[in-house]
Amino acid sequence: MNMKKIVALGMTAAMALNLAACGSSSSGSAASGAAASKSASGDKVIKIGVFEPTTGENGGGGFQEALGIRYANQTHKTVKIGDDEYTIELVEVDNKSDKTEAVNAANKLMGEKVSGVIGSYGSGVSIAAGQIFADAKVPAVGASCTNPQVTEGNDYYFRVCFLDPFQGTVMANYAMQNGYKTAAVLTQLGDDYSSGLGSFFKTAFTNLGGTIADEEQFQTNQTDFKAVLTNIKAANPDIIFAPSSITTAPLIIKQARELGITSLIAAGDTWENSTIIENAGDSAEGVVLSTFFDEAEPANDEAKSFIEGFKPYLKDNKQDEIIPAVSALGYDAYLALYNAIEAAQSTDGEKIKDALKDVKFDGVTGSISFDENGDAKKNMAFIKTIEKGQFKFLTTTTIDG
Amino acid sequence: MSLTTFLQQCLTGISLGGAYALIAIGYTMVYGILRLINFAHGDIFMMAGYFMIFAMASMPWFIAVPFVLLVTTVLGVGIERVAYKPLRSAPRMSVMISAIGVSYLLQNLATYLFTALPMAYPEIPGLKKIFKIGGLSASFVTFFTPVLTIVLVYLLITLIHHTKMGMAMRAVSKDYETAALMGIDINRTISFTFAIGSLLAAIGSILYFTDRMTVFPFSGSLPGLKCFVAAVFGGIGSIPGAVVGGFVLGMGETALVAAGYSTFSDAFTFVVLIIILLVRPTGLFGEKTTNKV
Repeated sequence: MNMKKIVALGMTAAMALNLAACGSSSSGSAASGAAASKSASGDKVIKIGVFEPTTGENGGGGFQEALGIRYANQTHKTVKIGDDEYTIELVEVDNKSDKTEAVNAANKLMGEKVSGVIGSYGSGVSIAAGQIFADAKVPAVGASCTNPQVTEGNDYYFRVCFLDPFQGTVMANYAMQNGYKTAAVLTQLGDDYSSGLGSFFKTAFTNLGGTIADEEQFQTNQTDFKAVLTNIKAANPDIIFAPSSITTAPLIIKQARELGITSLIAAGDTWENSTIIENAGDSAEGVVLSTFFDEAEPANDEAKSFIEGFKPYLKDNKQDEIIPAVSALGYDAYLALYNAIEAAQSTDGEKIKDALKDVKFDGVTGSISFDENGDAKKNMAFIKTIEKGQFKFLTTTTIDG
Repeated sequence: MSLTTFLQQCLTGISLGGAYALIAIGYTMVYGILRLINFAHGDIFMMAGYFMIFAMASMPWFIAVPFVLLVTTVLGVGIERVAYKPLRSAPRMSVMISAIGVSYLLQNLATYLFTALPMAYPEIPGLKKIFKIGGLSASFVTFFTPVLTIVLVYLLITLIHHTKMGMAMRAVSKDYETAALMGIDINRTISFTFAIGSLLAAIGSILYFTDRMTVFPFSGSLPGLKCFVAAVFGGIGSIPGAVVGGFVLGMGETALVAAGYSTFSDAFTFVVLIIILLVRPTGLFGEKTTNKV
């Protein structure tokens, strides 16, 4: 009898914990919801969906992107439509870095009747959810999803970052200009971001006259890269291009150095994340990557005030005080939607979508406007390297077209 | 493929196999005694990884290592007490569902407590020292893992065959009710089995993560599944079987990746599972021929 009681207690405790976990994942929206009703009793509310992974493989990066969005919601809390002051309320859902969960999460947002959506970190989940947003006629603004397919053929998807073909070209150019003539490409199977960026790099690199010495692939959640890296070592390339998630990056870097590989290791925007330096330690020295944003080189006044305001915000959220590029993009995606709502003078998704097409504003990652595909017109990327445990600005690359 | 590359790949495969073998023993022992597939085993392994991160943050390694082994053992035994023991007379399926529940609970608890961001695994002095022999380059832990695995398995088999507790374990695995009638303390024996399984998972975790450097809440799920397959392959219930299964899987997987078929490296594990179930359902060292512990 006694035993049963203990078990029952244990179960209750477990359930309580579960509930607590659920509570925390939605706390962002709850908090802002409460704030909205307090400051704006009688006021009108417009809902914006935040479609980000806070758990799963990309949980870390998604959280950083969501922080940028939440911060933007603090600085741009209300929008005037006609004579009414609307309070913007964020509705956060977790797409769990999983394409199936992404569809569920997107449907949930549609059920909440949001006027627009921001996200997601990770191109795969954005592609999976794109059709749902389009069917519901709700515009979505991607922050850091760089795969072309996100916006292709989807009138309702926009994004504020540059694209993978561009990013791949930037890195290929950088490699060739600095005398790296042979490359190995290491990509993740079934990950649209990784395999897409890898193949764009490959195309650009071969067009520029470089040789692809080896191509290797690995599985999601794989932690042992020694076998693929041994193959790469045998091919002895000048540069290893390994676009991948921040979970796998430190493993690849460390294991490569451990096997005695001395080639330059390079990747795309995801790698600009301090957890990589933290986890890979000394091995991360010399890694080169392309990114959207550099806090040492604010592009305009908006960027300056963002950097000043966001650092304390990061501190309040117990994060490192290095602004991740994805947070900056999250902020910009929010601004894009904000400007569009203001221009449309409506909470209707269709009208906001039309307004987005003509929106032009200064974001923290540079001036932003959208082309006919809904992609931000950007032709500049920052190239950074890791030096003495810090991301160091190396050069900017501009490519026409 | 040059000889150096070949040897380097072999080394990788053997080292991975050693870590798999240590975890697979945990599955096989619990199955041998309770006829329960302890799905939470992979997550105990993951928790051991987190324990090590926190232990190393505040203690020197020679205290941290035993501390982690102890805490993991307590966790394993605790889970048995809370989630499996009350179901001892329930149908086997209920216990299995309970095990799956514990597995999810641990994964989500870890996500909640430690976030989904990967955390750096601390270095134990010496284990990460890099050795170079000719063109081969590997850290000490790569050489050490298979050796330690063999030593531990030898000790474990001695324990099962030459101690009183080992005799009790064998008796319980043969016939649980008769063993109880003969005056064997069933609960103590089962707890002991879980303690050993978790201890080996903790050792496996130290070796595995030292080589792979980061821990995140799902880092136990795939190794857990693979080691389960290793145990089935070797004949679930048989310790030498689990060890052989671990090495076969580790090396097979590495060989496939080395040959350029990384697309199929995970599939390999599960194809092995299907084939063995079709051809020889009791596994290589099936329980009909050997002891069940």
